[in-house]
Amino acid sequence: MSILVNRQTRVICQGMTGRAGSQQTAAMMKYGTNVVAGVTPGKGGQRHLDLPIFDTVSEAVQQTRANASVIFAPPMHAAAAMIEAIEAEVPLVVTLTEHVPVLDMVRVCHALKGSQTRLVGPNSEGILAPGVCKLGVIATGNVRPGGIGVVSRSASLTSEVIAQISAAGLGLSTSVGVGGDLVHGLTMKDCVELFLADEETEGIVLIGEVGGTEEQYVADLLRQKKPRVPVVALVVGSHAPSERRAGNAGALLVHGRDTAAAKIAALGRAGVIMAESPHLVGETMSVALRNHKEQNQPRSAAG
Amino acid sequence: MKLHEFQTKQLLSDFGLKSPQWGVAITPDQAEEVATGLGTPSFVVKAQVDGFRRKLSDAYLVYSPAEVKKAAGDLLQRKISDYGGLKTQSIKRVMVEAAVIAERGISLSLFVDPAVRGIVMSAQNCDAAGNVAAFGQAGVQQLTLGTGHTFPEYDVMLFAARLAIPDNARNAFSTLTHGLMRAFVELDASRIEIDPLAIMPEGELLALSAVLTVDDNAMFRHPSLFALRADDELEINAQSYRLNYVSLDGDIGVAANGAGLGLATVDMIRAAKGRPANFMDIRTSATSVDIARGFAMILDNPKVRSLLINVHGGGMQPCDKVVEGLGIAMRRTGRSLPTVVRLAGNNAHAARARLEDFGCRIIDCADMRSAAEHAVAEAR
Repeated sequence: MSILVNRQTRVICQGMTGRAGSQQTAAMMKYGTNVVAGVTPGKGGQRHLDLPIFDTVSEAVQQTRANASVIFAPPMHAAAAMIEAIEAEVPLVVTLTEHVPVLDMVRVCHALKGSQTRLVGPNSEGILAPGVCKLGVIATGNVRPGGIGVVSRSASLTSEVIAQISAAGLGLSTSVGVGGDLVHGLTMKDCVELFLADEETEGIVLIGEVGGTEEQYVADLLRQKKPRVPVVALVVGSHAPSERRAGNAGALLVHGRDTAAAKIAALGRAGVIMAESPHLVGETMSVALRNHKEQNQPRSAAG
Repeated sequence: MKLHEFQTKQLLSDFGLKSPQWGVAITPDQAEEVATGLGTPSFVVKAQVDGFRRKLSDAYLVYSPAEVKKAAGDLLQRKISDYGGLKTQSIKRVMVEAAVIAERGISLSLFVDPAVRGIVMSAQNCDAAGNVAAFGQAGVQQLTLGTGHTFPEYDVMLFAARLAIPDNARNAFSTLTHGLMRAFVELDASRIEIDPLAIMPEGELLALSAVLTVDDNAMFRHPSLFALRADDELEINAQSYRLNYVSLDGDIGVAANGAGLGLATVDMIRAAKGRPANFMDIRTSATSVDIARGFAMILDNPKVRSLLINVHGGGMQPCDKVVEGLGIAMRRTGRSLPTVVRLAGNNAHAARARLEDFGCRIIDCADMRSAAEHAVAEAR
């Protein structure tokens, strides 16, 4: 089964009338997503892509019983769009906008506290549940429904990895892009917990990157609670040309936990199987599933 | 966006940060002049590069204007390397600052902590020589400032107590904490570091070094800061072409659509014992003309000997658009290089068909690792 979305997911798009919004909403609808309305302040009452446009999220939710929103708003308006959706109590909000100022996200996360909303992103490629729906911008290629859950911080690598999973003959449960930004909504750990609670998930793929400490929290979780399915991970950025942290206080604070090497080590200690190279993720999962099955089968020769 | 130390000190002085007297010079003679003007018995001469002083070896403590001139002369002809030796930069400016004798110091930094999803100030005591020392409670102390709009004064006083800030400096410390907090929010900082903040015998607090990084994503709110950019010029231009570009020192030009895929590509080049000349992530909103400008930046670099293009075409950025950009750049620059491509996803076939007309050596690889290996071999 899929996580976060299902066949009852009814979607509104904030910023649907823009160029990217139009193009991607059309692609989502073509894939079978139940998009019910768009929201663009000042364009209420118009129609776009043969759907009604509303001025506000709360109006759109009232009129259409939407339970999810996808946000395409530009960076300077993204925080306001997210806060509007949170205040309208939309259960699932997916923000695709990249380059949202980090302090805006601090304010959005403040608004999230105690709310009904699960926020995915920003800077997320979205959610893909094959055969159910697509909320975002993901190359769907030959992907078919199945038991593998994907949690990713990188949009480009998600397309790559789900193509590898399909090439390995495996099906996809749901792929969730939590977004590559420092401060964002749903975490990798939250997603792993959702997959572990879903009985039909047969394996989990994590796509991590240098920076932040999200992967470390997943490692902590998996060390405490041994997963019933194999978990495969890829962490990129071992040779990242990013800015080095200078100064004592910052460096001491994270204790180097944000490097790719530290994350690979922590996930390894937690029993996660590391893909040896970015091109081997699908194959690694395929082998892991085979080994997992063999270990859990009762020995026929016993007795 | 990174700023030089002197620019940081200038900006933060509006928020109550005090520093010893200083001046900036671009020649050794100018440095001597600045030192004479300061009129203090001793001076610190610091390299101003890529936003901040990185190591103690990039600074001198000297005792006369003549020595300041010598130190500046040495620094201004040096190159500083970074990114694990993948990138070097020359020093164009020095900062000459009056040296002070401090009682002790504090390493102070403000940043956004993703774990608390808020602004955090962290601090650690050090002795006059900058070594971590035992004043107050051991280790790094943290003060959570949340969204930065309100935080209890009581917490600041407790924080100061944990750091054993001397009584005569408590008020100044509290004022500075509020000031830095306000600076962080108003300037849309992603990081402020004062390392060290000197505590003077009379209780005055002086920044001996200062780093300010402004959130690139919030630059639209700060048009006046654009003029102060200390970042690499190529990297700034690239931003306007909707590309994330970092110049490196190797000989393989790299382009990928997406930061994660780009990082994976650089990792694989390093694994194949090659050296990337750059990191270029093509954003989803880039047009083929933007992409062409990015490739032109790569082709204009005489060190580049081969190109590696790793694209997984998604909804917004199909493979053929990237290849079209490459074609435009090769025609405009008149330079073509052996090009290794790994094309997957949307319009990969159309992109391959286009490549055939380019008239340069094209190596088409099915997976990322063989592509990285071929690009390394072509650059040899």
